[in-house]
Amino acid sequence: MTDRPDNTFGFETLAVHAGAQPDPVTGSRATPIHQTTSYVFDDVDHAASLFNLQVFGNIYTRLTNPTVSVLEQRMAGLEGGRGALAAASGHAAQLLIFHVLMQAGDHFIASNQLYGGSLTQFGQSFAKMGWEVTTVDATEPANFSTALRPNTKAIFIENLANPSGIVIDTEAVAAIAHGAGIPLIVDSTLATPYLNKPFEWGADVIVHSLTKFLGGHGNSLGGVLIESGNFDWSAGGRFPTLTEPQPSYHGLRFFETFGDMALAVAARALSLRDLGPALSPMNAFLILTGIETLPLRMERHCANALVVAEFLESHPKVAWVSYAGLKSSPYHDLARKYLPRGAGAILTFGVTGGYEAGIAVVEGVELFSHLANIGDTRSLILHPASTTHRQLGPEAATAAGAGPDVIRLSVGIETVDDLIRDLDQALARV
Amino acid sequence: MLEKIDYPDDLIRKILRETRTIAMVGSSANWNRPSYFAMKYLQRKGYRVIPVNPKEAGGEILGETVYAALKDIPEQIDMVDIFRNSEAAGAVTDEAIEIGAKAVWMQLEVRNDEAAARAEAAGLTVIMNRCPKIEFGRLSGEIGWMGIDTGVISSKRKQRI
Repeated sequence: MTDRPDNTFGFETLAVHAGAQPDPVTGSRATPIHQTTSYVFDDVDHAASLFNLQVFGNIYTRLTNPTVSVLEQRMAGLEGGRGALAAASGHAAQLLIFHVLMQAGDHFIASNQLYGGSLTQFGQSFAKMGWEVTTVDATEPANFSTALRPNTKAIFIENLANPSGIVIDTEAVAAIAHGAGIPLIVDSTLATPYLNKPFEWGADVIVHSLTKFLGGHGNSLGGVLIESGNFDWSAGGRFPTLTEPQPSYHGLRFFETFGDMALAVAARALSLRDLGPALSPMNAFLILTGIETLPLRMERHCANALVVAEFLESHPKVAWVSYAGLKSSPYHDLARKYLPRGAGAILTFGVTGGYEAGIAVVEGVELFSHLANIGDTRSLILHPASTTHRQLGPEAATAAGAGPDVIRLSVGIETVDDLIRDLDQALARV
Repeated sequence: MLEKIDYPDDLIRKILRETRTIAMVGSSANWNRPSYFAMKYLQRKGYRVIPVNPKEAGGEILGETVYAALKDIPEQIDMVDIFRNSEAAGAVTDEAIEIGAKAVWMQLEVRNDEAAARAEAAGLTVIMNRCPKIEFGRLSGEIGWMGIDTGVISSKRKQRI
């Protein structure tokens, strides 16, 4: 028997349809925006059953919302996962994952090639909760083995690192995690499921900032965690939140009751319930609308990025370009393996003349927008050392690919000749 | 975890549509046990669920009398839902064949291929390592409210299952 033979669809179809059937009552074809805080109960017994998680249904929008749940199903469908949980931002989604997996005094290992905000979240705010992180150079996967401890609960990587254009060998890191009986969490924000599907390479949990290419239009924050359904949370007794009786549900054990969706359900019923970073239904609607065109936009983003990268590489005032789509990149082979449809739309480069020259370019562009975001239809430019990675300090910033001379581009979907003309005139000011 | 077995959605839909009365072997009166969750949910969906558990025989769970064994139930049973381990599921399946059930459903993490072969040879439909509550929730779309992927793509209005 094949898997759901009547129900297997291509990526582009899932991007438009997954999770979104017409409304059963009204027939609405677009996903309705359920702008409500709460939902009526049929009777007291129905209410009790809902609160006990014995029946499926909506109680309060901090826990579930029908618009948000369409987005969750769509992301689970696009990644090939069992279930998903949306949150107010990518950072919030990360917090929810670790809140389930970690107890105070536990440890995890993260790549040091991460978005600067994630390094700060892990190293500073998580430390206040007693969750300790060790960061390692992920371009050498064996570094993760060396950093393992008896209380290590997870490994965290960005498969395509922001902003450095580094591709991490997900398959190799997954093997190390599974050898230690712990899950691999992959932030796949820069790749999106269109370019890479981490579950196919051994990831157990995926996190996205939906704010970036998935929403795609720079108008809504959002984040999501997705569970593969393949990780045995009971093995080794490492995750008591999933296997031990939970007092707030009168002794319910999440893994026993929910099995291959235990993490997604616990992250909602315990962590989102208590920490509170729910996604607004309006944002979910805008992000859903964005996802419908994800495949078309990513094609153009990647095509434009490659042309821009090749232009910069040949420009006399550019010292270096880091983009895994370039043949000169040391990560080109990994990009061909993990990102065959394109190496994304984020690239970094250094201008001859260092810090001051870089500032001149960032301030000299007229079509690129100087701001701290990526994954917009519009092309964006940033000097990470003075903005997104500023809180890290010079050494960690350089390790994360955000040294003093680094300029980051998020290449949009405009006419590529216009983008090149804009960069060319800005470089002429150096 | 046991490897998931692929069953066509139409097969599961057929069982859930044609079943009216379910015997639940291994029922628990403890409200936070998975069997209690499943029984309460299936009752709300209109199924008659009759609990079977020798330790609770003569008592009541969710308004239904508990029986010690399948053969003690004085009603026609359409489907036997097994909340026992894989080995014990063998003997329960044989009893299900004896009482003329149309389907045997083994819960998550329960699989007994020999028993399934005997049941299928006797004309019963067998589902293993699945939960009817989760499958009903998936095919009705309700489980999607929890962010779980239903795998269902359709341009028609949602139906019951």
